[in-house]
Amino acid sequence: MNGTFEYVRADDVAAAVALVSGDSEAQYLAGGTTQIDLILKDGVLNPERLVDITRLPLRGISLRGDALVVGALTTMEELAAEPVLDVRAAFVREALLAGATAQLRNMATIGGNLLQRTRCRYFRDPSVPACNKRTPGSGCAAITGPARMHAILGASAHCIALHASDLCVPLVALDAVVHADGTDGQRTIPLTEFYRLPGDRPDLENVLAHGELITAIETPLLPAGARSGYLKVRDRASYEFALTSAAVALLIEDGVMTEARVALGGVGTIPWRAAAAEEVLIGTAPGTAVFREAAEAAIVDPFTVSGTAFKVELAKRTIVRTLETVAR
Amino acid sequence: MIAVASQSLLALTTSVNGAAYELRVASHETLLDALRDRLGLTGTKKGCDQGACGACTVLVDGRRVLSCLMLAAQCECREVTTIEGLASDGELHPVQEAFVRHDALQCGYCTPGQIMSAVALLAEGRAGSDAEIREFMSGNLCRCGAYPNNVAAIGEVAGR
Repeated sequence: MNGTFEYVRADDVAAAVALVSGDSEAQYLAGGTTQIDLILKDGVLNPERLVDITRLPLRGISLRGDALVVGALTTMEELAAEPVLDVRAAFVREALLAGATAQLRNMATIGGNLLQRTRCRYFRDPSVPACNKRTPGSGCAAITGPARMHAILGASAHCIALHASDLCVPLVALDAVVHADGTDGQRTIPLTEFYRLPGDRPDLENVLAHGELITAIETPLLPAGARSGYLKVRDRASYEFALTSAAVALLIEDGVMTEARVALGGVGTIPWRAAAAEEVLIGTAPGTAVFREAAEAAIVDPFTVSGTAFKVELAKRTIVRTLETVAR
Repeated sequence: MIAVASQSLLALTTSVNGAAYELRVASHETLLDALRDRLGLTGTKKGCDQGACGACTVLVDGRRVLSCLMLAAQCECREVTTIEGLASDGELHPVQEAFVRHDALQCGYCTPGQIMSAVALLAEGRAGSDAEIREFMSGNLCRCGAYPNNVAAIGEVAGR
């Protein structure tokens, strides 16, 4: 029956991994803010067993050299309170606090944030039959129906569902790395290689095997002297998902941008690193013309439907505005 | 490790408003439903029941959370505080008093969630300005539009 499941509280990581890996109908449960909604309220997910991992010792933040190691069960509010972000990655805090609300950020974990499911309203509504992400091969109602909060980059004719995380935008700009435990041991996965583009299998969202558990996210911090910022453009001032967003970090030395990082939210089927924009910026002096050139380089061959066409120009202006703010 | 089948009830030990409870809850039962239907603590409201409105806001170990998106089973050995737990010895909590004084409600349905959220916001130190109060209260919707009075009430308790 939909909405019922066996509840298991795991005591250690190995036992949790063994339990979920050995049962295709089992899922991990952490903060639950997306998952409980999709199971109990929307009826989209129907696991037979939930393995509660919230008591596992995967909480806390530490510095390892020039990198921040964040336990997967650290909450969004806990990470936002980390003092080192002030000087070494301000855009991570800005993105965290731009997401959801204090109540949700007290529940939602960093590992879960990476794995949050799309807000595509067709995916979240089982009364809509066509959703390749929910039911592979059934079609995509978003491409033919009204769609506004959808992706324009990384999309395919099979799916335009957006990855709605704010946090992942600066994390992908920072070259963060995912630590995962599986039955075959531990491995690390660069966040830029963690997500799968939808292609013709939008139901496959990342490279984790079933039962593989995110244990930590490790992110390099910005070099001393670099500045960063996150701008989120949305329909209301707070508690709303992005139409477009940009995470930017710049190191400006002697009037020249010697390091540049640009990533985009609200536009991609995955958190979108705009490497081409960074190449335009590096080695030049900050200015509106080069910022616009970088924005043009960031948005190439967008996949739009009538409801999302406005995002092409909005995303470019979001990039320019964020660059201007950070360079100021 | 504990495991409870979907058909049977789970034994849960938890603290609500300072009192210890031994409950039996379903594996899929939310904290919101357990508070209202098993403990009779109906001050916590079911608004959207989907994490969008904030009416079900309670404190778990002192932090504000949405009880509609939290399983009761996850509250084993946690300390839950609801609106019923704010007053002490018949005296309203300062935030409750301020809401009354500022007429910070109309229909009152969202009010328990607003007050629980405000109590947490003050503890978080996020009442530095009206703008900050608005931003960090944005998870609590009020369809009557009592927001200006909410902000005034919270600002007063913050000593501004």
